[in-house]
Amino acid sequence: MSAVPTKPAGDAGVAPGAVPVLTARNVSIEYQVDPVVKAVKDVSLTLHRGEILGLAGESGCGKTTLAYGLNQLLKPPALRTSGEIVLHDKDGHDIDVAALSGERLRAFRWDKISMVFQGAMNSLNPVITVKAQLFDVFDTHRPGMSKKEKLARSRELLELVGVDPNRLNSFAHELSGGMRQRVMIAMALALNPQVMIMDEPTTALDVVVQRGIIREIMRLREQLDFAVVFITHDLPMLLEISDRIAVMLRGEIVELNSSENIYEAPQHEYTRKLLASFPSLTGERGSFVRTGSGTGDDTGEVA
Amino acid sequence: MPDDIRDAETVTPAVDAAPSASVVVDGLPPQNHTQGIVPDVPITTPDHVVAAGPAPKRGLRAMLPPFSGKLLIGLILTLGILLFAVLAPLLSQDPRYLKNASRLPPSSEHLLGTTASGADIFAQLAHGGLGSLMVGLLAGIIAVVLSLFFGVVSGYTGGWTNDLLSFVTNVMLVIPGLPLIIVISAYLESRSLVVIALVLGLTGWAGGAVVLRSQAKSLRSRDYVSAARVAGEKSGRIILVEILPNLLPLLTAQFLGAVLLAILGEAGLSYLGLGPSGSITWGTMLSEARAQNAFLDGSWWWYVPPGLLIALFGCGLALLNFSIDEIINPRLRTAPAAVKSVRVARKNRRAGKPAGPTASTRPSLDASTRDDEKVNA
Amino acid sequence: MRFFARRITFYLITLWAAISLNFAIPKMMPGDPKQLFMEKLMRKGIEITPGMQKSIDLLFGEDDSSLWDQYVSYLNNIFHGNLGVSTTFFPKPVTELIAAALPWTLGLMGIATIISFVLGIAGGAWVGWKRGTWVDHVIPASTLLQALPYFWLALILISTFAVTLQWFPVIGGYDIFSYDYGPEWSWSFVGSVIYHGTLPAMTIIISSVGGWLLGMRNMMVATLSEDYITTAEAKGLRPMRIARTYATRNAALPSIAGFGISLGFVVAGSVVMEEVFSYPGLGKLLFDAVRENDYALMQGVFLVITVAVLAANFIMDMIYGFIDPRTRHNA
Repeated sequence: MSAVPTKPAGDAGVAPGAVPVLTARNVSIEYQVDPVVKAVKDVSLTLHRGEILGLAGESGCGKTTLAYGLNQLLKPPALRTSGEIVLHDKDGHDIDVAALSGERLRAFRWDKISMVFQGAMNSLNPVITVKAQLFDVFDTHRPGMSKKEKLARSRELLELVGVDPNRLNSFAHELSGGMRQRVMIAMALALNPQVMIMDEPTTALDVVVQRGIIREIMRLREQLDFAVVFITHDLPMLLEISDRIAVMLRGEIVELNSSENIYEAPQHEYTRKLLASFPSLTGERGSFVRTGSGTGDDTGEVA
Repeated sequence: MPDDIRDAETVTPAVDAAPSASVVVDGLPPQNHTQGIVPDVPITTPDHVVAAGPAPKRGLRAMLPPFSGKLLIGLILTLGILLFAVLAPLLSQDPRYLKNASRLPPSSEHLLGTTASGADIFAQLAHGGLGSLMVGLLAGIIAVVLSLFFGVVSGYTGGWTNDLLSFVTNVMLVIPGLPLIIVISAYLESRSLVVIALVLGLTGWAGGAVVLRSQAKSLRSRDYVSAARVAGEKSGRIILVEILPNLLPLLTAQFLGAVLLAILGEAGLSYLGLGPSGSITWGTMLSEARAQNAFLDGSWWWYVPPGLLIALFGCGLALLNFSIDEIINPRLRTAPAAVKSVRVARKNRRAGKPAGPTASTRPSLDASTRDDEKVNA
Repeated sequence: MRFFARRITFYLITLWAAISLNFAIPKMMPGDPKQLFMEKLMRKGIEITPGMQKSIDLLFGEDDSSLWDQYVSYLNNIFHGNLGVSTTFFPKPVTELIAAALPWTLGLMGIATIISFVLGIAGGAWVGWKRGTWVDHVIPASTLLQALPYFWLALILISTFAVTLQWFPVIGGYDIFSYDYGPEWSWSFVGSVIYHGTLPAMTIIISSVGGWLLGMRNMMVATLSEDYITTAEAKGLRPMRIARTYATRNAALPSIAGFGISLGFVVAGSVVMEEVFSYPGLGKLLFDAVRENDYALMQGVFLVITVAVLAANFIMDMIYGFIDPRTRHNA
């Protein structure tokens, strides 16, 4: 498949000259329990190269489920029941992600799309070193690398995220929360992926560390030019760092636009509600830090 | 992580169910590192289980094991044999009546034949059942009470009480049980059922105590217990009211396990001639059978039934235990069930209820992908 | 480092406790075991020489010394390797009898336990990995196996394979008819040993593998829901790699930690089983001693069995300390 993709619906606010890297069309995901739960309903979105797409919504809206679906990581009882997911590779051809299986799926994973999970507290294997886990990635995807090369690359990755390279020989429990998250990001970058999905990467960390990590991500994105799907419930953060934001409610995307448009002219009622419910440090209740003025139609309704 | 690795206990269930599942239901990041067997939230509100199962059950119903084949068979075996032990003696001959002809094979008059001394085997089996089971039950109770004391008090109290009790527990754990029982029994001139049960119970509590200790320790730091402590409730009351109810499934499993071990232990002792003197149990039957060369002359009707009943009863107990394991650790049940439900759903879609053009051959992450070779047809 | 130091200390103290327990048991029993013992000897027509009297005193304590003195001299004797003299095999010293029986038990039990453990862990890992498939039906079968009384299983095996089918010998550690002078170092002897040891080993393996398998299976199912497994899958690592290094290595930890508890049961079972097969190991020795009221031998064997179990536990603890990096860090 190499036809130029037509602009799907809800693709407003895209920067000029943006090239799509990941297209999802009509994706639905269900939980096979009794009764069946429709977690994601007919979602379509397009991610562009080098773009940061924020995925916002309240707890339970399906954003994490969608992210897992995009990467074919759904665990039972979740099942993708319909939809098309296509990665537009750098070298020109398209990959039907949904059709991948077995060996090809494994080769695809982490190489083109990598993921940083919610709460990296437990994302590292507790009984082997960080080095071993990084090497695992190389051994699987880049079998030609020599030990020297692997070591050099591993050290480079850790430095990239601001972790002392000597930490390669540490075990997971010897690292602090912030360090663990940085290591996870380093691992996610190991193969120079084109898309990185980050699921609440900073929620479990304290605010100062949070800031540091976000800055790190922005800087790396500038340097390495990968696209990011950033999932969080923290809308103000998204407004600051993302190019476009998709707002999800009960399994559907209700609004998808550039950050500025969302902030200045929210179309959907729920978006407005979300915007109005975040308190600001200065100014009136429900108002934003940026302008210090009140917004929203809902009178005084703070969620 | 405590120094004593036995405190890092045997079943430490991980963070709650598949991230996708818990996100859909309660939306919070899966932060509950369930430190032990007992879930963070008292069992009556199993929200995180909802994602992978039917509607939540409230109150007592939530504590009962989910109905399954294993549970059914377990119940049938244990209750069936219990009934047999209680009722059959009423329907059979006096097991010590020795005037029958000896070494008879099964017949309509003697359902299982007779022993070398002329006693009716079926009668012995029936009365022996009572003997074996009573020893098992009594020993089980003793063992559970002891492990409760050494485990919960030690785990909850901490400090030097913990150190002392833990030390005793660990020592009792390592010293081999059966040889100890043998030595003790050898010194006792006369051994009644009660004494045997006592000895078995006294040597069999250590394993349970270790598990209970780590559970009590982790429960101590749970929110609702902390709340009670802050409110000024006395330790004893906290243990009784807050902690014990949550340990109930675990205790039940331990009790069943202790009974099983006691029955096996008694059988072994009796077989060696160290069992309850003057009583008839399944173990003594086996001992006599062996002494009379039943194994060599092929009179299987003598030695197969007692051993078989022990094994079946034990199997029933083990199956019940397994079902209880599934309450304690719901993931043991939900994970396999989840995998199955996805497989079924996929089959249905392929069979004729297509939801979309791309639905059919997408293997998601499950056992078939792990196989790598075949896409599940 | 502190971890290892603490474990070593614990085992030393437990050793002391076991020895003391050994000393204390006869004292706690109703009646006067010493008196009974001496009476038994006399009934057997054995003359009580001064040497023997010393031995009896060692075991039961001298009549007029205090409890503490008795205890001290008991400990003293133990450390000099003096466990008394057997009455059944008079006048052989207890230590000699134990030394003869020990290798048989260690060999049979040791090998059978290791095989059982490995099979159980590997089997449990496989059953856990394949959760939700037909493999789950294996579970009830292994549950049944776990509940079988060791010796009953042994008896069934004997009557089936040895008596009826005549595939294996009924009793003994080796063919006592061919080797009149006792064990010798020759290949045919080794062959005989293996031949005779097969049924006993099978008994141990069949009855204990179930426990390890089920425990491992449960841990495997729990481990597979952990975050790091999801991460490993997301990384596109090969299933075999995930199964081995990410899943099994973590899931096996509690089984190794709990090895000591399980070992107790294996020891218990094999004591009885040795009697059934007349296998010339410690178990049979213990049983013979009990039957003959040979208290010195009995307590000696008990002590040695306890030490052996302690040693096995100790080794397992050390292994665990190496495998799980968290213990070394936190201790």
